[in-house]
Amino acid sequence: MKRISGIVVSLAALALTLVASGCGGTGSAANEGSGGSGGGKLTLVAYSTPQEAYEEIIPAFQKTAAGKGVEFEQSYGASGEQSRAVEAGLPADVVEFSLDSDITRLVDAGLVDSSWNQNSYKGMVTDSVVVFVVRKGNPDNIQTWDDLLDEGVEVITPNPFTSGGARWNIMAAYAAQISQGKSKDEAIAYLNELFHHVAVQDASARDALQTFTGGKGDVLLSYENEAITAQQKGEDVDYVVPDQTILIENPVAVTSDAPQSAADFVKFLYSDEAQKIFGEKGYRPVVKSVADTFDYPTPPSLSTIADFGGWGTVKDEFFDPENGIVAKIELELGVSTDSG
Amino acid sequence: MIGYLGFIVLIPLAAVVWKSTGGGLEGFWNAVTSPAALASLKLTFGAAAVVALVNAVMGTLIAWVLVRDEFPGKGLVNSLIDLPFALPTIVAGLTLLALYGPRGPLGVNIAYTRMAVVAALLFVTLPFVVRSVQPVLHELDIEMEEAAASLGAGGLTIFRRVILPNLVPAILSGVALAFARAVGEFGAVILISGNVPFKTQVASVQIFSAIESDRPTAAAAISIVLLGLSFLALLAIDLVRRFGTKHER
Repeated sequence: MKRISGIVVSLAALALTLVASGCGGTGSAANEGSGGSGGGKLTLVAYSTPQEAYEEIIPAFQKTAAGKGVEFEQSYGASGEQSRAVEAGLPADVVEFSLDSDITRLVDAGLVDSSWNQNSYKGMVTDSVVVFVVRKGNPDNIQTWDDLLDEGVEVITPNPFTSGGARWNIMAAYAAQISQGKSKDEAIAYLNELFHHVAVQDASARDALQTFTGGKGDVLLSYENEAITAQQKGEDVDYVVPDQTILIENPVAVTSDAPQSAADFVKFLYSDEAQKIFGEKGYRPVVKSVADTFDYPTPPSLSTIADFGGWGTVKDEFFDPENGIVAKIELELGVSTDSG
Repeated sequence: MIGYLGFIVLIPLAAVVWKSTGGGLEGFWNAVTSPAALASLKLTFGAAAVVALVNAVMGTLIAWVLVRDEFPGKGLVNSLIDLPFALPTIVAGLTLLALYGPRGPLGVNIAYTRMAVVAALLFVTLPFVVRSVQPVLHELDIEMEEAAASLGAGGLTIFRRVILPNLVPAILSGVALAFARAVGEFGAVILISGNVPFKTQVASVQIFSAIESDRPTAAAAISIVLLGLSFLALLAIDLVRRFGTKHER
């Protein structure tokens, strides 16, 4: 018996070391070398949607003096997964995620300096807004948040618990109610109503787009840049920027032990040239002079996540899996649909 | 051999167990008894059971046709059986969605329902029973059947009393594999299920959502329940099989 428990203990110890050392391997399919100290090599780890923009930005950077001879290794994936992979050891010099809590995770792990958001753009490199993606010609005439609650309207949004980015959608709906003068309780009641119209909760924003273009639903809650990408790819969709929505801000940061070229690259991301490429790919440039050259509509009421205390607070209040407002709504809905 | 098993299977499993206890016993219990987790576990095991049963019947039937019947293109069909194994399951999900979704060419729209979950699982588990029954059926001595027939047994009796008892162990092991696979399937289900908590969210997606919500302990805890219940089911099937074989001799 004693020997068995000895084996169990050593197995567990081995397992732990494997967990500690092995996790880094999981997300690194796209990376073979270790970036960081190579000098001439940069590892970019980003969420999935800006890939097309980087395909143009990186060659542009390599043409500048600072970027001459810098090679890139790139890895794209779901924001939360990418962030966790870096936390677990995936080498990264530059990280871009869909929401700042994914960078906060790396700050907590000591991988990104806490001053990452101290530049004049607060660490954000692109903006977007939550929009309504509708069928070509908007047959249901969806214009306002209230229209989403019309009889028979089916709404598609990714599950806010599997898709970190999808939380923007929920917060946009909530912010729209608050900015229309509703009370907090009324805004929560709206969310509750809205979830009654949600027919599918895909795991990610891309899955949701797939579902919508596959013919399911009348409205897809998504980001303006996703809607524009879909249109650029020839999908038969239109989109409506509602009068009240939320400003999506995508953060970028360099890791603590990244070479100077990483900082140069991030600096380049704020150049007119790079910002223009982001703008062409559907993102709202954060540099105002560049943004002004595009005609992205400014909604009359544009809330920010900071209005609600920032992602740290919002995550606990809305998206805590047990006590969060959204978890409770899903639970109530689940109980009622289960019996009905 | 033990070392290999250890590295490939035992240590990873031990790591999951270890991780699941990170929140103490109470944390473990809370994670697996949360209403959303319970609902997803119920759906997962229910769907897996249905899938296992359908496979038992249809898989045996397909194996029978492939072994006993001759028809043009048999070789092709035979090699088609394994394709669900080779296809990345997310592609399988995508394909099924295109076929049985709202714009499917077949006019069948079951996407985003529990039916869809079962359909996706049936697709990825098809080969198990077929492939475990096929060789046994091949080896089965046709003279036994002829002997039975010469003694006056009808077709149904021959099947029930002579063929089936020989096939049951193979069917059961195929069913066990199909069941276990169905319980853990993720890729094929995630697109087509619609992923609505309490309605179509399976346990593997629930686990994914726990990871995405930064609750790795809860994710591991639900995994342990999946593993534990699957293990019990496999054990039960194995016991039935052993009992059957012993009973036979």
